[in-house]
Amino acid sequence: MPPPPVAEPRHVDVAVVKDRVRELCISANHELRHDHLQAIARAVERERSSVGREVLCRLLENAEVSRSDRVAFCQDTGYAVVFLDVGQDVRFVGGDLNTAIDEGVAEGYREGFLRASLVRSPVDRRNTGDNTPAFVYVNLVPGDGVRLTLLVKGAGCDNMSALRMLTPAEGVGAMKEFVVETIERAGPSASPPVTVGIGLGGTFERAALLAKRALTRPSGEPHPDPEIAALEQELLEAINATGIGPAGFGGTVTAFAVHVETFPTHIAAFPVAINLDCHSHRVREIEL
Amino acid sequence: MISLTIPCAREELADVAAGDSVLLSGTLHSARDAAHARFAETIAAGGQLPFDMRDQVIYFVGPTPARPGRAIGSAGPTTASRMDPYSPLLIERGLAGMIGKGRRSPEVKASMLEHGCVYFGAIEGTAALLARCVTHSETIAYEDLGSEAVRRMQVTDFPVMVVNDLAGGDLYEQGPAQWRRTR
Repeated sequence: MPPPPVAEPRHVDVAVVKDRVRELCISANHELRHDHLQAIARAVERERSSVGREVLCRLLENAEVSRSDRVAFCQDTGYAVVFLDVGQDVRFVGGDLNTAIDEGVAEGYREGFLRASLVRSPVDRRNTGDNTPAFVYVNLVPGDGVRLTLLVKGAGCDNMSALRMLTPAEGVGAMKEFVVETIERAGPSASPPVTVGIGLGGTFERAALLAKRALTRPSGEPHPDPEIAALEQELLEAINATGIGPAGFGGTVTAFAVHVETFPTHIAAFPVAINLDCHSHRVREIEL
Repeated sequence: MISLTIPCAREELADVAAGDSVLLSGTLHSARDAAHARFAETIAAGGQLPFDMRDQVIYFVGPTPARPGRAIGSAGPTTASRMDPYSPLLIERGLAGMIGKGRRSPEVKASMLEHGCVYFGAIEGTAALLARCVTHSETIAYEDLGSEAVRRMQVTDFPVMVVNDLAGGDLYEQGPAQWRRTR
């Protein structure tokens, strides 16, 4: 009996990946995405502090200027985090995938007049000069598609992020306290209004990755599970009750959105990771 | 709206209060993490700092590269707390003001009150707008640090908010306290 037919792999040239990464690095830093501009505009309506509204209007004005001047809307042009959801029937050809992504980042940051903000080691702190390496996470999925999600992440808000291994007995109540405590501690340093990515469950490292990935969801889109969506809404209200407000000058909009992702975990564990993103929220997503 | 010209004698700063919007014109000096570490090394070794701190304002910023024909790239504030270990050394030497974002440590606030130095907040995420206020910029020290080099910048109507004033006022406490709702 002949063996069952094997699907031919779909070839994806890494040169295409490089070009897309270069373009996305520039557009993500020069143009605030539409859904986030809308989130800021909605916040102007909602914010009760006049100083807070003024800050939000400045952010919108800044987005206009950065687009027309073709300059970064924030000087911290961050690190490039790349999530690749790769179909298992895909074969990358034409070179090394990680090298291609790094070349895309280096070219994009040079051509877009973006800042090189990475040092080759936290010990010697020598700048790599081209904002590489990128932080690449590959996830294998069925099919022959490739989805590339770029998150450009500043350090000010990453520095204010936190992870805690709670116990099941401490549970959901302690998790909510931890979220608000993290926002209070960050205060103005995370450049509020922030987007809050929360990873619940998994393992120590998976929780952090869930939190980072949660930031890439379209701004304010609720979780498909109604129970988690309700939790997101409850956390958003608790965060906005802190009064920190835009730029930390005081107000009623401290976060634009809370995005929670969950994952199975151990009977002994309740990992919680909280990743903050500043008001310069930079996400791009494409299919290759 | 209050306008101040930098350099600025400390006496002139006595009138500004936490929450005031201020437009700064004149000279600002940029310095962030790596430059502050070098300032501290220089002071420890008894050397000369790249500029006299007296009556000056330091802007915690590492700008993006400038496009040709522009004075500077995008230039918003970075988190000030990372400079907390170093700032008192400069305040003692006459520094009149600092521009950044985020809270300062109790030690820095005490030093500011003792010597007469004001902390201004700028809005991060308005880096393209703030760059338009910079008319000239030149690197005066530590060129090898790239974006973190010390620059002397000329600015016109650079918008800031007073965060910590000379009377102990703190916008980051007073502002949120007004809007906090108990849960």
